Amino acid sequence: MEFVYSDEERMMLQMARGFAEKEVKPIAKEVDKEHKFPAANVKKMGELGLMGVSVPVEYEGSGMSNICYAIAIEEISRQCASTGVIMSVNNSLACDPIKIFGTEAQKKKYLADMASGRKLGCLGLTEPNAGSDAANLQTTAVLDGDEWVINGRKIFITNGNEADYCVLIASTDKTQGHRGISAFIVELDNPGFSVGTLEDKLGIRGSSTAELVFEDCRIPKENLLGEIGKGFKVALTTLDGGRIGIASQALGIARAAIEDATAYAKERVQFGKPIAQLQAIQWMLADLSTHYEAARLLTHRAAYLKDQGQPFGKEAAMAKLMAAETAMKAATQGIQILGGYGYTTDYPLERYFRDAKITEIYEGTSEVMRLVIATNVLK
Amino acid sequence: MKIVACIKQTFDTEAKIVVGGNGQISDEGVNLIVNPYDEFAVEEAIRTKEKNGGEVVVVTVGGDKAQEALRYCLAMGADRAVLIQDAAMVGADSRAVSIALAKLLSEKEAGYDIIFTGKEAVDDGAAQVPSRLAEKLDLAQANVVTALSLADGKATATCEIDGGSEILEMALPALISAQKGLNEVRYPSLPGIMKAKRKPLEVLSLSDLGLSADDVASKVVLAAAELPPARKAGQRLTGEVDEVVAKLVKLLKEEAKVI
Repeated sequence: MEFVYSDEERMMLQMARGFAEKEVKPIAKEVDKEHKFPAANVKKMGELGLMGVSVPVEYEGSGMSNICYAIAIEEISRQCASTGVIMSVNNSLACDPIKIFGTEAQKKKYLADMASGRKLGCLGLTEPNAGSDAANLQTTAVLDGDEWVINGRKIFITNGNEADYCVLIASTDKTQGHRGISAFIVELDNPGFSVGTLEDKLGIRGSSTAELVFEDCRIPKENLLGEIGKGFKVALTTLDGGRIGIASQALGIARAAIEDATAYAKERVQFGKPIAQLQAIQWMLADLSTHYEAARLLTHRAAYLKDQGQPFGKEAAMAKLMAAETAMKAATQGIQILGGYGYTTDYPLERYFRDAKITEIYEGTSEVMRLVIATNVLK
Repeated sequence: MKIVACIKQTFDTEAKIVVGGNGQISDEGVNLIVNPYDEFAVEEAIRTKEKNGGEVVVVTVGGDKAQEALRYCLAMGADRAVLIQDAAMVGADSRAVSIALAKLLSEKEAGYDIIFTGKEAVDDGAAQVPSRLAEKLDLAQANVVTALSLADGKATATCEIDGGSEILEMALPALISAQKGLNEVRYPSLPGIMKAKRKPLEVLSLSDLGLSADDVASKVVLAAAELPPARKAGQRLTGEVDEVVAKLVKLLKEEAKVI
């Protein structure tokens, strides 16, 4: 076993950290406060190859490992979790399913467009009545001649307001349950498509969370992604990979909270000495740092297994569970260490706190993560 | 065009400086980076190539770890790299470094049109190599350059000088040392990082250059380093205004010796 960075991982880390500190950090507060999509940075990230990290070079991706991907998401999320999730969704939820299930023509067009950052992608899965119970979809796709006709509503779709393409999961045969679900690629400039409600959220306020409305939305027959009736597998496979991205995002938030709280504890003097010299503070920082390192090893191991083409669903679920709960704990205790200052918007700890919460919910709640892990452990 | 960029690997500017028991600065656990001024040099070299065609060769003197710095420049877009590595060059002074670079550039890597360096390295801050190298190669030089244009075999450089700037015009080949402001340094893209792995990186010893250890014997040796003394707490003067002013004037004269 080796626990050292390869040359490319080290360079990626250096580049991503530099970019995040110089370009992402300065606008992170504004992005959060104003609910502002960081369009200019997303464009720059496309140019740097961050929007298709592990997409092969022939489809205009960077051709790097999933470990590199995890490192990059963490560095971006360390400064701005909103920017981190925009990147994660494009990479994991939009590029990945087309990379895995797409035809050559679909890869040449849609994958290349999104991996290069020319276009932005999203995944249309969640519905009002199909959250954790993803098989209970009401959105339908019916074949009419050479076109699929899509009707239905998707909610809570990250990147939904800005996305150009959507990987859509819909029912093609309601009598078949999850075996009647299929995946599609939809270009969102379609007249049968519109953006519905935009959510006002607790955290990750720089990324949009939108309702997608499909009303007799007609797409070409060849935009079926994978086989008919195999869409549930597309969704689950996609989410497995997505969890590496969200685990990495959570790691970035956790590290931000730990680093900021540590710096504060060294400076803040009470009772005549820095509070970092108090055991109460030291134990919090010791526990948080340990949880962070453990979550990071789980995340990188899941990414490693994915790189090796081995099953990684259980490991990705463990990584996301551990990283998300660590992020929440780090943000909570980080605020505690800063005391009253941590509760104000003068310090970014309150933002980390609000951003951390979603990592316990999206791309599978912590409860669903435990279900996935238990199913694997008990089989 | 053949464009050369000379770089140095330095401590990260945020690194905590630790002086070891031997009186030397310890590099243990320190993050190493490309000297920030040299990044401007590499960026300008790549931009020059993008405009005029040709190749960018990035060169340095250093140990094993210096390869990381060279790979970073290759990832930014340089075409190939040369590392001068030799036991006799460990702790080399500015003179020794410029002798080795001059030998490389006048023989094995001759035929360049322009050489870029940073104006100084952020570690020793000596700012010696650019001028020494230009002298040894008998090149025109422009130092602390904040703007540059190339046309018709000539370079026009805006140089920062005390209280203003001067514009120098010179025939190529020439040496340009870069100051902050010359350009905006790019980040290496991920495809760039992947390509860098396959770009040539040549390691040369002194004997490969036709030099002996005696040729590069350092004239300057770092005998010992020590950290600056910790800052003392300030003094607060209290009392009536006249009293305080008198005390302050006295202190400024006798202790601070500024008036």
